[in-house]
Amino acid sequence: MDFTLNCPIPISEYPYITMAHGSGGRLSHQLIDKLFRPIFSDEQLDAGHDGAILPTVSGRMAFTTDSFVVKPVFFPGGNIGDLAVNGTVNDLACCGAKPEYLSVGMILEEGLAMEDLWKIVLTMKQAADLAGVRIVTGDTKVVDHGSGDQIFINTSGVGCVREGVNIDPSACKPGDVVILSGFIGDHGVAIMSAREGLEFQTSIESDSAALNGLVDAILDASLNVSVLRDPTRGGVATTLNEISKSAHAGIVLDETSIPVRPEVMGACEVLGLDPMYIANEGKILVIVPDDDSEKVLRAMQNHPHGKDSVIIGQLTEEHPSVVRMTTSIGSSRIIDMLTGEQLPRIC
Amino acid sequence: MKYVDEFRDRELVKNLSEGIHKITTREWCIMEICGGQTHSIMRYSLEEFLPEEIRLVHGPGCPVCVTPLEIIDKAVRIAQRDDVIFTSYGDMLRVPGSEKDLLSVKAGGGDIRIIYSPLDAVKIAEDNPEKKVVFFAIGFETTAPANAMAVKEADRRGLKNFSILSSHVLVPPAMEAILSVEESRIQGFLAAGHVCTVMGYEEYLPIAEKYRIPIVVTGFEPVDILKGIHQVVLQLEEGRHEVENAYGRVVSLEGNIHAKKVLREVYEVSDMKWRGIGNIPLSGFSLSGRYDEFNAENIFDVGDIQQQESPLCIAGEVLQGLKKPGDFPAFGKECKPEHPLGAPMVSSEGACSAYYRFKKSETGSETESTI
Repeated sequence: MDFTLNCPIPISEYPYITMAHGSGGRLSHQLIDKLFRPIFSDEQLDAGHDGAILPTVSGRMAFTTDSFVVKPVFFPGGNIGDLAVNGTVNDLACCGAKPEYLSVGMILEEGLAMEDLWKIVLTMKQAADLAGVRIVTGDTKVVDHGSGDQIFINTSGVGCVREGVNIDPSACKPGDVVILSGFIGDHGVAIMSAREGLEFQTSIESDSAALNGLVDAILDASLNVSVLRDPTRGGVATTLNEISKSAHAGIVLDETSIPVRPEVMGACEVLGLDPMYIANEGKILVIVPDDDSEKVLRAMQNHPHGKDSVIIGQLTEEHPSVVRMTTSIGSSRIIDMLTGEQLPRIC
Repeated sequence: MKYVDEFRDRELVKNLSEGIHKITTREWCIMEICGGQTHSIMRYSLEEFLPEEIRLVHGPGCPVCVTPLEIIDKAVRIAQRDDVIFTSYGDMLRVPGSEKDLLSVKAGGGDIRIIYSPLDAVKIAEDNPEKKVVFFAIGFETTAPANAMAVKEADRRGLKNFSILSSHVLVPPAMEAILSVEESRIQGFLAAGHVCTVMGYEEYLPIAEKYRIPIVVTGFEPVDILKGIHQVVLQLEEGRHEVENAYGRVVSLEGNIHAKKVLREVYEVSDMKWRGIGNIPLSGFSLSGRYDEFNAENIFDVGDIQQQESPLCIAGEVLQGLKKPGDFPAFGKECKPEHPLGAPMVSSEGACSAYYRFKKSETGSETESTI
C-alpha cells in the first residue's frame, strides 16, 4: 500500500467527518465509494449487498467479535485500524481456526479528520492482507461531536477450525508446559507513552501483529495443544488466572524466564506498574503437554512472531486455580487477578 | 536494569538472610514504615527469608491509606462541580469515601484527570482558564515538595484558577504516636528511605533516644530491606538503639536542603487527622498564610464535611501494628479490593491490599468463594 497517495476525498471539500457522512445520503455514498470500497477492494463489497454471501464450509467454524476504542488512536507501532484487524484475527487463531472473513463496523465521531480515517482504513487493509483475511462486509455510523471519541471500530470474524485441533482449557493437565511467544508489555507501554498527560519518550512500539501464521506453525508441530490465548487486556497475569481457573489447576511461573524489555521494565518502575498486567497485542500463551513442548517451542522460535518464545512455567496439582511465581530472588508469590485497571502509584 | 537488578540479586539476598538467621536469638517485632516497603516485602515474599522469630508489622506509610475519610468526601464534592477539573494521582480514585469514590464521580460525568506530576495540574489550569483546577495534594514528606512546587509555580504564573486540596502527613509524629500506645509491641523501625531522601534523618535521633528503639533508614528493593532488617536485629541483639542509614546511596543526614526550604516556605506544620488513627498533633503540613489563596477548602464550600470511619474496619489497628490484616474476620470476605471497607485495601501499597494480593493462597480458597 502506497502511503504517499493522497486521501481520495479532497480535503478542501470535507476535511472532517460531518453528520452528513452518516446520513445514508450522497455524502455517505461518497465515503463508501471513494474511501472504503477502493481501499478494501473486495468483490463482496463491490457487489453492494446488505451483507456478504459466502460459500459454506465443511467441519467446524469459529466466530468472534471485538470492539476497539483505543486512545490515542495513533500510537507508536500502529493505530486503531491494524489493532482491530489483528485483534479479531488473533481471537480466531486462538480458537485453532484459520481466519477467513472479517466484518468492519465503524462509529465515527463528527469532526474526525478525513485524512486520519483514510490512514486508518489503509492500515486495516494492509493488516488484512498480511493476515490473509478478507474484509467482506461493513457498516459506518456517525455520532455527534462529544458522543464518541474520534473513532470506534468493531470487527467480527469467521474462520475454519483446523481438523484435529481441540482448544479447551479444561483439558490441560498438571505437568503441561506454559510457553510465551516473546517480550511482554510492549503494547501497553507504547500506548501509555503516547497518552495525553503522560507523554514520555521511548523507543518501544506496540507489538500489534496477526498471529495466525505463528498458530499454524504451533499446530503443525503438535495437535495436542490445549490452550492458545493472546494475553491482551490484563496481560499475562490475567490470562493465566483465567486458564488456571478453567483448568482447576495451579500454575507455577519462573519470573526470571519471562522476557521483559529493559525499556518496558523501566517505564513500569517509574509508573509503579507491573508488566505482568500490561496489555500485549502480538503475543500468545500456549499450553501443551510436556512431551510436545520442545518441538512446539522450536517451531515457535523459528517463526518471526515467536523468535523470542520461552517456557515460562508449568501446570501443577498444588494450589488449584491459583497462579504462583517463583521470584527472581527465589521466593514464591501469588499472581492474582486485578480488580480494575492498574492505577499508577503515588510514590 | 542497572541500579535495580543489583538490589534484587539472589546471592546477596541469600547471604543477608543467612546473616539475619545467624544473629537472631529471640523474638523481635519490627515495623516497616513505608507502604512501598510493604509492597516489596509482599511482592518478593521477603518473610520467607527471615527466621520465625522476626515479625514484620506494616506501618502507616501509605499516603492513600491514611488520608482521612472527610478529605475524600471533600474531594468528591469538589470534583462533582461542573466548573471544576479535578486532578489526582491514580491511587486516590478508588479510595472509598463515605458514599462514593472519585472513580464513580468520573463515571457520573465529573472531569477527573489522573496526573503523574503536580506541575501537569498547573499546566491544565493554564490551558483551561474558564475552569477551576484543583489538585488533590496528598502524601508524606516525599510528595510534599513537588506539590509545594506546583503551588509556587501557579503563584509565579499568576494563576487564579488553581488550588490544592491538601492533606499532607509527616512520618516522625506518626512513629511517636505508635510508640506511645501502651500495647505497642514495636521494637525497631525501618525508616522510610524516600521520606529521608527529602528530610534527612536528624529528626529520628531524639525518637530513638526517647523510646530506646533502633531506627534504620531503609530502601525498597529486596536487598535494601533485608539489609535494613539485619541492622535493626543486630542493634536489638546488642542492646543498642541508634539511628543508622542503610540507604546511603540516596539518603544523607541533612536530606535535600533545597526541598526542605521549599517546604518551609509553602507549608506550616499543623495538627492532622489520620484515617484509622485519628488526630495526631503537629503531624501534617497545611498551606502557609502566604499561599492561602491556593487552598481549595477555602475556595469551595466544604467546611461542613466531617466524617467518622466505619466501625467495622480495623485499619487503624493494622496501621499502628496492633493487628495483622488477616486477624480481621471480614478480611478477604466483606473486605477485599473490589469493595474495600478501608483504605489499606485500596492502594497496592496498602497493608491489607498487599497482604490480600500476595498472600491469598495461604488463607486458602475460602477467601475466593464467600462472596
